[in-house]
Amino acid sequence: MKASSCRVAIVGGGPSGLAVATELAKMGVDGVVLLEREQDAGGIPRHCGHSPFGFREFHRIMKGPGYASRLVRRAQQHGVSIRTGASVAKIAPAGGLVLSTDDGVERLKAEKIVICTGNRETPRSARLVSGSRPLGVMTTGALQSMVYLKHRRPFKRPLIVGTELVSFSALLTCRHAGIRPVAMIDNQSRITTWQAAAWLPRLLGSRLLMNVELDEICGRERVESVKIRDAAGRVSSLDCDGVVFSGNFVAESSLIRGSHLELDARSGAPAVDQFGRCSDADYFACGNLLHPVDTAGWCWAEGQRIAAYVSASLDQTLPPAERSVTVETESPWIKYFTPQRIALPDSFSAYYHPGLQLRFSEKLQGRLSLCDEHRNLVGHKIRVQPERRVLLSLPASESLSACESLTIEFTPSLEKVP
Amino acid sequence: MPDYSVSDSLPTSLFDIVIVGSGVVGCAMARRFSLEGASVLVIEKEVDILDGASKANSAILHTGFDAPPPGSQEHACIVDGYNEYLDIHSRLNLPLLECGAMVLAWNDAEASRLEQILQDAHRNGVGQARIITQKQILAREPELAACVVAALEIPGESVIDPWSAPYAYLLQALDNGASLVRSCELLDGRFEGDEWLLETNRGRIRGRQVINCAGLYGDRVNQMLTGEPGFEIRPRKGQFVIFDKSASALIQSILLPVPTELTKGVVVCPTIFGNLLVGPTAEEQMSRIDVNVDEQQLRALVEKGRSILPGLVKHEVTATYAGIRPATEHKDYQIKWHPEQNYCCVGGIRSTGLSAALGIAKTVFCQYVDNGGRHTALQHYHWPQVSQIADPGPRDWQQPGNGGIVCHCELVTRREIEQAFEGPIAPRSLAGLKRRTRVCMGRCQGFYCAAELSDLTDGRFVQPIGVDQ
Ligand SMILES: Cc1cc2nc3c(=O)[nH]c(=O)nc-3n(C[C@H](O)[C@H](O)[C@H](O)COP(=O)(O)OP(=O)(O)OC[C@H]3O[C@@H](n4cnc5c(N)ncnc54)[C@H](O)[C@@H]3O)c2cc1C
Ligand SMILES: Cc1cc2nc3c(=O)[nH]c(=O)nc-3n(C[C@H](O)[C@H](O)[C@H](O)COP(=O)(O)OP(=O)(O)OC[C@H]3O[C@@H](n4cnc5c(N)ncnc54)[C@H](O)[C@@H]3O)c2cc1C
Repeated sequence: MKASSCRVAIVGGGPSGLAVATELAKMGVDGVVLLEREQDAGGIPRHCGHSPFGFREFHRIMKGPGYASRLVRRAQQHGVSIRTGASVAKIAPAGGLVLSTDDGVERLKAEKIVICTGNRETPRSARLVSGSRPLGVMTTGALQSMVYLKHRRPFKRPLIVGTELVSFSALLTCRHAGIRPVAMIDNQSRITTWQAAAWLPRLLGSRLLMNVELDEICGRERVESVKIRDAAGRVSSLDCDGVVFSGNFVAESSLIRGSHLELDARSGAPAVDQFGRCSDADYFACGNLLHPVDTAGWCWAEGQRIAAYVSASLDQTLPPAERSVTVETESPWIKYFTPQRIALPDSFSAYYHPGLQLRFSEKLQGRLSLCDEHRNLVGHKIRVQPERRVLLSLPASESLSACESLTIEFTPSLEKVP
Repeated sequence: MPDYSVSDSLPTSLFDIVIVGSGVVGCAMARRFSLEGASVLVIEKEVDILDGASKANSAILHTGFDAPPPGSQEHACIVDGYNEYLDIHSRLNLPLLECGAMVLAWNDAEASRLEQILQDAHRNGVGQARIITQKQILAREPELAACVVAALEIPGESVIDPWSAPYAYLLQALDNGASLVRSCELLDGRFEGDEWLLETNRGRIRGRQVINCAGLYGDRVNQMLTGEPGFEIRPRKGQFVIFDKSASALIQSILLPVPTELTKGVVVCPTIFGNLLVGPTAEEQMSRIDVNVDEQQLRALVEKGRSILPGLVKHEVTATYAGIRPATEHKDYQIKWHPEQNYCCVGGIRSTGLSAALGIAKTVFCQYVDNGGRHTALQHYHWPQVSQIADPGPRDWQQPGNGGIVCHCELVTRREIEQAFEGPIAPRSLAGLKRRTRVCMGRCQGFYCAAELSDLTDGRFVQPIGVDQ
C-alpha cells in the first residue's frame, strides 16, 4: 500500500478548505496537501451556476463556477498541492488518513489535519415522506449538478419544498434549464429566507404556497403528482413530475462519525473549540461542516482564520487545548451552536473570531445571553429567524478564566413577533 | 467468457423447463434445473429481475427455529435452503454475516413464552438455541434498553445480501446454459399433451414443463394455466427504515421480538452493507404493487427502534422502503406438481423465501425426478463470482484501477458501475443498478452523485434519470 506524509492535510476542497490551504501557503507553511474526492476542487459552488459569490474574496459578484475556479487557481499559485479524485475513507488517530484513489488505498500521515467536508441537504428518506419512490425526487444539490455540470433536466415541472435561500437557488436553476416549477411550498406562514425573495416564484410563473405541507408523493415510474395539505387539513392533489427537497442542511460528518473524534449531538458536527480544534487537538474542522448552512464567503473567511490557528498550532504557540470551559445550553429553541468549548487563556484575540455561532429552530425574539455559574457575562436582545446565523460574541478572555462552564440562555419575549 | 443468452428476442426453441418469474425463487429454480442438465428459460414481466416481493426484505437467513413444524414444506425448504447457502456462498463470492439472533422478552408475560419458542426451536432441529438472562443479553448488547427481561439466543441466524444472492443464482444458471427474457409477461398457456404453448406479450414460447414462480401473481398464473387459482394471494406490506452506517455499531446481533399470532413483529437488525434496519410492519392490503411508505408508520418504526436501542436518537435515517409478502389464506407454502399437466406451482412463499429459495428449488427438482423427470447433471459447471459490495469487503475502492469513487456514501466505484452494465444481466432501471451496486443508496441519496450517474447510465435504462435523455 502506498504511504506518504505531509505537514498539513486538508480534507475537502470547497471554499473553506481552499481558504485554509491558500492562507497556510501564504504564511509560508510547507507541505500543505488538499484532498478532494471530486475530479475538480471548488466544492458546492462548482455547480451553482448562479450568483452571488465572491464579494468578500474578490470584491465582485460572481457566479459559482467562476468563483470556484478562481479560488482553485489562487491556491495553486501559492503552491498548494491539490489532489483531486482522492477520497478520504477514514480518519485515524495520530494524524492518519486512509484515502481511496484510482490506484486503490493509500495512507497519508500529517502533523495537522483540517476537515472541511461541508454539508448537504436532508433527502426525502430522512424526512420520512409518505408515498411511492419514483424517479424525479431529489435535493437542490443533485438538481444543480445535473443542470450545470451535465446539462441535463431531471424533470420539467417539479414542486420545490422549502423556502430557504437554497430553495431560491433551485428556482433559479430551474429557470436556467427551462424547467418551470409548479409551486414552491412551505409549512411556515412566511418564507425562511429574506421576505423580499417572495415575489420571485410568481415572477417566474410558479405559485408560492405557504402553510402547506407535502403529504404524499405519487407516481409509479416517475413522479406524477403530489398530495399537499393546507393548514386547515384539506388535502389536494397537484400535478407535477418531480419534487425538489431543498435546504434542511446537515453536516457531512460521516468521516467524524467513523473516527475517534467527538461529535456534537446538536449540530451533528465535530465538537470544536474557538480555534476549530476537535477533541483531538491535532485535528481541526472548518466551514459548513461546523454550521449548516452559511454562505461561501463566510466559510472562506473562517478558513483564513483557521489557517492562522493551524499555523500557530504547528509552532506550538496556540493556547493548549487541555484547559478549556465547555459551553452548554438547555434552551429548546436553540437548534445548535458552535464552538462547544473555549480554550483558555485566549491569548489569540489578535485574530478576530466571531464568537459563538447559533441557529434557532423558530422565528422568535428575546434576549440571548452567555452566563457562567454566577452571572450574565454578555447578552443582547435579538430577533431570530430559523436557518439564519446568529452571533454571540465572547467576553474578554480574562473574565472567563475563573469559569467552570458557560451556558447559553435564551429568554423569549412575550410580545408576538410581527 | 461463457456465452450468455440474455436477449431481447424471444427464443423459439423448445425448452425443458420454462420458469415464470425471476424473484429469488425463480432465480434459485433456474440454477437448480440448469445444473441438473435441463434446458431452462426464465421469463420476467418487469424490465428487470427481483422487482416483485424479492425487492425488499429483511435479508435474514433463517435457521427455521420458528418455522412451522417438521413435515411442513416451509420447514424442509428453510433447512435445505439454509444449508445450501452455507455450502455455496463463498464459491459465488456471496457474503454471510454470522451475527446470531435474540428473541427479546420485554416483560414477564413475554418471558414466559420463551420456553415454548425454545421447544419449537429444538423440535425444528435448531439445537443451539438457549434462553439467556438479562445480564448475558446486556453483556452482548450493551446499547440495548436495560428493561429487557430475558431472551432466546439463536446463534445460527445470519444476514445476507438480498439482491446479490438471487442475482448470483440466476447468473450461475445463465452461465451454464439457461436463458432469460425480461419485459416478457405470460398471458396465456395451453398444454398440448407433451408440451406447453405459452403466449406472452412478446410472442409464443414453448416448454415441456412450466414452473410458476410468479410470487405476488402466483394465483393468477395458476388460474391462467390450470383454470383454477388454487389459493388466493393476500398481499401483506412491510415497511422499513434504514439507519445510517454510524448506527450499526449499536448492535451485534439480530434483535427479534416475541412473535404474535399475526406477525413475527418488528426486528432491529444489521444489514450486510453496514447499516441498521428497523422493520417490517405487517399491513394487509388489496394491491399487489402498492409499496408506498407512510409517514406515520415510518415514525412509529423510528420510535420502536429507539425504544429498543435508545442510542438510535443520535443517528440519521438513510432510507425508507416497503416490500410485499405473497401471503395466502394458508400458513404453509403452496408447492404442488401437477404431473398430468407437466406443471408445478411454487406459490405463497410468504416471508421466508430468501432463506428457503435454494431448498425450494431442490424440493421441486426432487419431486420432478419422482414424477419421471430425467436429465444428466452437468459434470463441471461454472461458478461465477459476483462483485463484493457488502461492508466487510474487500471492496473495489480498495483496489487499483477502480476509476475513482462515484457514490461517496456507499463507496461505489466507476469500475463497479461499468461492470454491472457489462454483466449478462445488465440493469435496465436505476432501481436495478442500485440493487447491483448500491449507488444512491447511502445517506445523501444522490446529493453528490446523481449528476455523474445520469451521465454514466445514458441510454441504459428504460426510464432514464433525466427527461431529455
Ligand atoms: C444549492 C446550493 C446553492 C448555494 N448558493 C449559494 C450562493 O448563491 N452564495 C453563497 O455564498 N453560498 C451558496 N451556497 C453555500 C455555499 O455553497 C457553501 O457555503 C460553501 O460551498 C461551503 O464551503 P465548504 O468548503 O464548507 O463546503 P463545500 O463547498 O461543501 O465543500 C466540501 C468539499 O469537501 C469534499 N469532500 C467531502 N468529503 C470528502 C472526503 N471524504 N474526501 C475528500 N473530499 C471530501 C467535497 O467533495 C466538497 O468539494 C449554496 C449551497 C448550495 C447547496
Ligand atoms: C417485508 C418483508 C420482509 C421479509 N423478510 C425476509 C427475511 O428476512 N428472510 C427471508 O428469507 N425472507 C424474507 N421475506 C420473504 C421473501 O422476500 C419472499 O418470500 C420472496 O421474495 C418471494 O419470492 P418469489 O420469487 O416467490 O416472489 P417475487 O419476488 O414476487 O417474484 C415473482 C416474479 O414473477 C414475476 N411475474 C409475475 N407474474 C408474471 C407473469 N405473468 N409473467 C412473467 N413474470 C411474472 C414478477 O414480476 C416477479 O418478478 C420478506 C418479505 C417481505 C415482504
